[in-house]
Amino acid sequence: MASLKELKGRINSVKSTQKITKAKQMVAAAKLRKAQAAAEAGRPYAQRLAEVMASLSSKITVTDNSPRLLAGTGANSVHLLVVANSDKGLAGAFNSNIVKAALTAARRLEAEGKSVLFYLIGRKGRAVISRNYPKAILQSFDTTDVRTPGFDEAEKIADELVKLYEDGRFDVAHLFFSKFKNALTQEPTEQQIIPVPAPKAASAKTDAGAVVEYEPDEEEILAALLPRYLKTQIFGALLENMASEQGASMTAMDNATRNAGDLIKALTIQYNRSRQAAITTELVEIIAGAEAL
Amino acid sequence: MALHFELVTPARLVRSEEVHMVVIPGTEGEMGVLQGHAPFMTTIKDGPLKIYRTENGAPEEVRIQGGFAEVGANGLTVLAEHAEG
Repeated sequence: MASLKELKGRINSVKSTQKITKAKQMVAAAKLRKAQAAAEAGRPYAQRLAEVMASLSSKITVTDNSPRLLAGTGANSVHLLVVANSDKGLAGAFNSNIVKAALTAARRLEAEGKSVLFYLIGRKGRAVISRNYPKAILQSFDTTDVRTPGFDEAEKIADELVKLYEDGRFDVAHLFFSKFKNALTQEPTEQQIIPVPAPKAASAKTDAGAVVEYEPDEEEILAALLPRYLKTQIFGALLENMASEQGASMTAMDNATRNAGDLIKALTIQYNRSRQAAITTELVEIIAGAEAL
Repeated sequence: MALHFELVTPARLVRSEEVHMVVIPGTEGEMGVLQGHAPFMTTIKDGPLKIYRTENGAPEEVRIQGGFAEVGANGLTVLAEHAEG
């Protein structure tokens, strides 16, 4: 049985762990609110852009002369998996869920006889993927020196992706991130980003009948918009990821705090019991000593 | 006579207001948009966007970068990647 001093030490160490998890939980709650506000603020732009893209692509037929970002390379053999992770842990299964989704997709694609490459955003998950696919990591994007990945980062990522695409390094790109549903549930999501899937023409009613003039013509506008659309998609994914990370972190830390509370309770009971046992033994010894006289 | 004008960046909705006229730096030349303009869409080159709140007032300038403008039934919408001013 552990001595009283040992027990006291353990109780204290669990107590300080609980303090850390509680602090992290509150930080995550505050950051979650901010991340949600950012996701909300980014929505009008993404929505407008998707509407415009839909109405443009409904007017254009995809031919061999269409921008390659829309039409594809014509091949379908090399797939790039863009995996967006966070830089910090303490977020439960947040990062490992995304990585798991990416690895599942990689195995599926390999089973179909396609080759797989990775582009990693964020620090976490790098180890697991490089262990499973040591030679497949094409490039990674470091976000450790920025506090909250913003549009500038999305822009850089999109530029790098477009460059790799134009160099013919891959044919299809999929983006993996975690979709934020609420603080308790985050959904690992896969989304094809290159070639750009044409948004559904749900906005047909908005410009019904109106003859829209284009300057320059539709195809040039579309060519100019495609990279922007890609940036917006990545930016949206980064925002979702951020909110998800904070949500997952909040839930995980809430659990940890509660577990630490349970542990403290159990240890305290054990501590009191052994203290009482020690007192009883001492009394018995004294009484026995007195009786012997 | 007011034109409904919205300036949107990926980070936020910068402006949403009623103005008199907006001058856009289109790729094929500057153009002023008043209320009742025909449906129109153009890409924008980087430069100042001039907002005239009243007919004779001095314009307010917002520098925008990378974007396009759309005129529809519900006014003018400018989508820009960066806007400052």
